Amino acid sequence: MPVNMIACCKQVPDPEAPPSVFKVANNKMTLPPDIKPVIGQYEEFALEAALKIKDTAGGKITALSLGNNFVRDVIKKALAVGSDELILLEDEAFEEGDSWSTANALAMAIKKIAEYDIIFCGRQSSDWDAGQVGLGIAEILGIPAVTLARKVEVIDGKAKVERVIPDGYQVVEVTLPALIIVTSGIGALRYATLKGIMAAAKKQPVIWKPADIGLEPSQIGAAGRHSKLDRLFQPVKEAKCEIIEGETPAEAGANLALKLREAKLL
Amino acid sequence: MAEYKGILVCGELVDGKLAAITTEMLGCGRKLADELKEGLSCLLVSDSVGEASKETIAFGADKVYTVELPDLKEYQADSYMQVVEKLAKDTVPRVILMGQTSMGRDLAPRLAFRLGTSVTTDCLDLSLDPEKKLLVQTRPVYGGNAQAVFTSEFMPQMATVRTKAMSPLERDNSRKGEVIPTKIDIDTSKVRTKISETIKEEAAGIKLEDAPVIVSGGRGMGGPEPFQTTLKELADLLHGAVGASRPPADNGWVPEALHIGLTGKIVAPDIYIAIAISGASQHTAGCTGSKHIIAINKDPEANIFREAELGVVGKYEEVVPALTNKLKELLAG
Repeated sequence: MPVNMIACCKQVPDPEAPPSVFKVANNKMTLPPDIKPVIGQYEEFALEAALKIKDTAGGKITALSLGNNFVRDVIKKALAVGSDELILLEDEAFEEGDSWSTANALAMAIKKIAEYDIIFCGRQSSDWDAGQVGLGIAEILGIPAVTLARKVEVIDGKAKVERVIPDGYQVVEVTLPALIIVTSGIGALRYATLKGIMAAAKKQPVIWKPADIGLEPSQIGAAGRHSKLDRLFQPVKEAKCEIIEGETPAEAGANLALKLREAKLL
Repeated sequence: MAEYKGILVCGELVDGKLAAITTEMLGCGRKLADELKEGLSCLLVSDSVGEASKETIAFGADKVYTVELPDLKEYQADSYMQVVEKLAKDTVPRVILMGQTSMGRDLAPRLAFRLGTSVTTDCLDLSLDPEKKLLVQTRPVYGGNAQAVFTSEFMPQMATVRTKAMSPLERDNSRKGEVIPTKIDIDTSKVRTKISETIKEEAAGIKLEDAPVIVSGGRGMGGPEPFQTTLKELADLLHGAVGASRPPADNGWVPEALHIGLTGKIVAPDIYIAIAISGASQHTAGCTGSKHIIAINKDPEANIFREAELGVVGKYEEVVPALTNKLKELLAG
């Protein structure tokens, strides 16, 4: 059965950038302009989960994102790897939202898309790390949600999900439509093929403004928040690492052993 | 409308015993409750709660609501949600705390959206705003590269608490409290998921969370093999366990159960040896509570040296076997 899928993704500052470039100024995270944004790592897994189902069962993938000032070649990666359509909720008013206002806007957009069997989300965004938006969307839409999926198949009109638990995994069956939240283990997002990149270059994302999804400015972005960010800061860390030397790395290793014994750590 | 009052901790059982995170939340909840001059209650949900309800009182709770049903043996969102939603509506707590655990991560956002409030996940610190009595919630953001303080005007105030971030009270078996067996009917027609199998994948030997020594490898290990040889040899010698940062788990070099970090396990051993791990905040978030961190990395600029107390700059292939051999010799003598 062809499966209608929506993959939610977010453009974030590259989380793999070295920790030293993350600087807080005026309660905001700022990164140097040469650090390019990326699609969040868990949303990449969400896209891959959708693509794997499209490979086997067939179907359609709509990538959906919310924000402002999207870097087109970053977010269009969703198309280049094989999504059929890209919808951007793009407006200044969507900025500075929290889990509540973001989930609400995405849920309204999904209602407008109307036809879906599975919504894929990543387990948490790579900037705020809250891990709430997917579950919020499912609550608002009144559909079941399965979290921490590392494998997803569609069998007999249901999704069969391997859900990661602390000491292993569960096999969970869920009725469709459902929202599935993906974690690592699904496999890295495939590379875009040259054909995919060329096709994506020709496609234009669909842009929806707040009014297009039936929301007032007071319900979205900063105005629609349920939580308030009082302070963003970076705890000061004192680096005090003692480097153990040696003529060769092996000697340094042996010296480390001596040091550990001497300090009675081992 | 009833007044929002008191603290409710959603407790967890592990193998029938009260989970450590629950005692940690009770420790924090007790402080908040005393400051508010309100009560601290705890919810325990399982097929059979047993002695854990008394434990909960010994660790600080005034009231323990126990909900026991065969259907509640294993956590399932759609059944547990019915329990917590009903209890939250009946008892109207000011604050609801859950662990940032497999269950809490899954349940807390659902409940917050269902109740129309907000939740701050993965909190390291919770305090009260003295004027408005709002919960002041501090959590790491940007993969641990910063921390954020949140408050919310919405009720109830909800937070999930990171494991090992807060201290339990000392057990006091003389503490008095009330166990309230609570009957909540589960509408099974509303349970839209079915767990058809549960498979254990834990590596043999000592559990990561319990290991006094962890020897952990990163992306720089280059493949699965050194985890089973170089790292395992050192870990075995020190009666410890082998762990990993995220890339080895993502690449399938090690099972996910060995992944230490923000989205993996949070550990706090006596000695944490980070080998060929760059020290991304995402990873250090999972091991920063270790007593002593030792880093081995060929890049002297690697961030892990900011976290470590002792370090060696060099290729792990040369450093680690020499370290292991010398330790063998020293420990034998």
